[in-house]
Amino acid sequence: MTKKIATREAYGEALIEVGNKNKNVVVLDADLSKSTKTNGFLKEFPDRFFNMGIAEQNLMGTAAGLAASGKIPFASTFAMFASGRAFEIIRNSICYPKLNVKICATHAGVTVGEDGASHQALEDIACMRVLPNMVVINPADAVSTRKAILKIAEYEGPVYVRLGRLGVPVLYDENFEFEIGKGIQLKDGKDVTIIATGIMVAEALEAKEMLKADGIDARVIDIHTIKPIDTDLILKAAQETGAIVTAEEHNIIGGLGSAVAEVLVEGTPVPMKRIGTKDTFGESGKPADLMKKYGLTASDIAGAVKEIMKKK
Amino acid sequence: MQKVDYNQLRNTSSKIRQGIIKAVHAAASGHPGGSLSAADILTVLYFHKMKIDPKNPKMEDRDKFVLSKGHAAPVLYATLAERGFFNEEELLKLRHIGAMLQGHPDMKGTPGIEMSTGSLGQGLSATIGMALASKLDKKENRIYALLGDGEVQEGIVWEAAMAASHYKLDNLTAILDFNGLQIDGKNEDVMNIHPIVEKWESFGWNVIEIDGHDFEQIIKAFDAVEEVKNQPTIIIAKTIKGKGVSFMENEAGWHGSAPSDEQAKQALEELGGAQ
Repeated sequence: MTKKIATREAYGEALIEVGNKNKNVVVLDADLSKSTKTNGFLKEFPDRFFNMGIAEQNLMGTAAGLAASGKIPFASTFAMFASGRAFEIIRNSICYPKLNVKICATHAGVTVGEDGASHQALEDIACMRVLPNMVVINPADAVSTRKAILKIAEYEGPVYVRLGRLGVPVLYDENFEFEIGKGIQLKDGKDVTIIATGIMVAEALEAKEMLKADGIDARVIDIHTIKPIDTDLILKAAQETGAIVTAEEHNIIGGLGSAVAEVLVEGTPVPMKRIGTKDTFGESGKPADLMKKYGLTASDIAGAVKEIMKKK
Repeated sequence: MQKVDYNQLRNTSSKIRQGIIKAVHAAASGHPGGSLSAADILTVLYFHKMKIDPKNPKMEDRDKFVLSKGHAAPVLYATLAERGFFNEEELLKLRHIGAMLQGHPDMKGTPGIEMSTGSLGQGLSATIGMALASKLDKKENRIYALLGDGEVQEGIVWEAAMAASHYKLDNLTAILDFNGLQIDGKNEDVMNIHPIVEKWESFGWNVIEIDGHDFEQIIKAFDAVEEVKNQPTIIIAKTIKGKGVSFMENEAGWHGSAPSDEQAKQALEELGGAQ
């Protein structure tokens, strides 16, 4: 079994690294620093950490003001409250003036588990993706999370990073290069392409192994940056494999599946299927059980691949 | 102590008020009422109080003003033009397609604008970030935010109010342009904001009450703020919506409508700017 680390854990460690590198990095949290893992930064740089209390709107507005003053604020809370409750502040005070705020939101998706639907953000990618000037990143594992955090600290402009609560397998080695907007082809294949993001990348890799038994050779792509999306890599996959399955721990409306569909329809229309939650809220339960119930496992992906193969 | 030329300030605020009327008239839309009520406060800030340089709008360590009640953009634009941040001809292009002066302040496109505002309450939050950044960098500059009275109905204002006193932001001064009217009528009829002084005090703010059209009181208040330590201050400035134009004064209807040619002419005459 490969080592499992939650992307939020990797975020917390990477924050200290960027904090050491650049004294302009500051961190804001909304009474969740133990959960979002910003508490490591707090210990290391107490003067540059601002707990804003349970007030996400003011947290984002304050982050905007810090950015307007030359700071590089990393604003953290749960994905639900960052992208939902503070949406309009992110739009008007951060994205419209293109301020250098990094919104790093944890506890996205159904793998939040027992806390249930009120805390399981399944629409955050959609909400953040429609904002002009916003970059949207959903890393697959601990290594890509760390690399993403180092990269976005150097990038000038608003970024939304979607992070998870649950430990997930480490997929990348330390030599891996993270480039904003550049997808990664993890496995080659000629029959079909599975395009995944976030924790679904590990599921996609497992699905590829399952499909071998059926004689299906699946390509696997990690789209860690949902916006700007890697149009070239997606169209190449469509041209070379002729069918696409997307996989995300997010509503099939508005997220990765929609973003990929937009690219395909205007470029190379091919049969496509979307794996994700089907326009529904989540519920309480163990993460693994929820993944099963909401159709987010490797076998769900493999099933979708087999179906799409019939349409080729 | 700097000697104050009150005549000069009065002349300047009249010119700013004329600029408001010209701009809103040329745009055939906009918010004259709440712009006119804030003109004297902005006159003191931009022509007496703040350390700023129109030739170098991004000057290091400058004082910063954020118009949290962003719809009063005409007063900020007229002030910035009068202070030399840009040509006053820009005022006549307000709200036109392709113009520098947007309907609400845009920090990216307009020199002297410190924060894009318009969606109420967000400007105060931004000034919390600016004040924190100044503290972090041990800067002596001061941060100002102008709020409307209707604006304090927004929840984010009170989140920000809590944070400002929690972080002891004595470099932050809010000014409440308290003209008593909002789009649908009187504050107390739309959503009562009282007891307003006690609200801010209970959130840990130092409160100063003044007549927002009395230059002596405005200056005294801004001077007094600088002596306050470990606590943010709000200056609650009693003002008259539409101040300076007889038919606009105390009329909620002038919150967001532009004067006709005839009305603009009369307004400019009253403000001493007839051409």
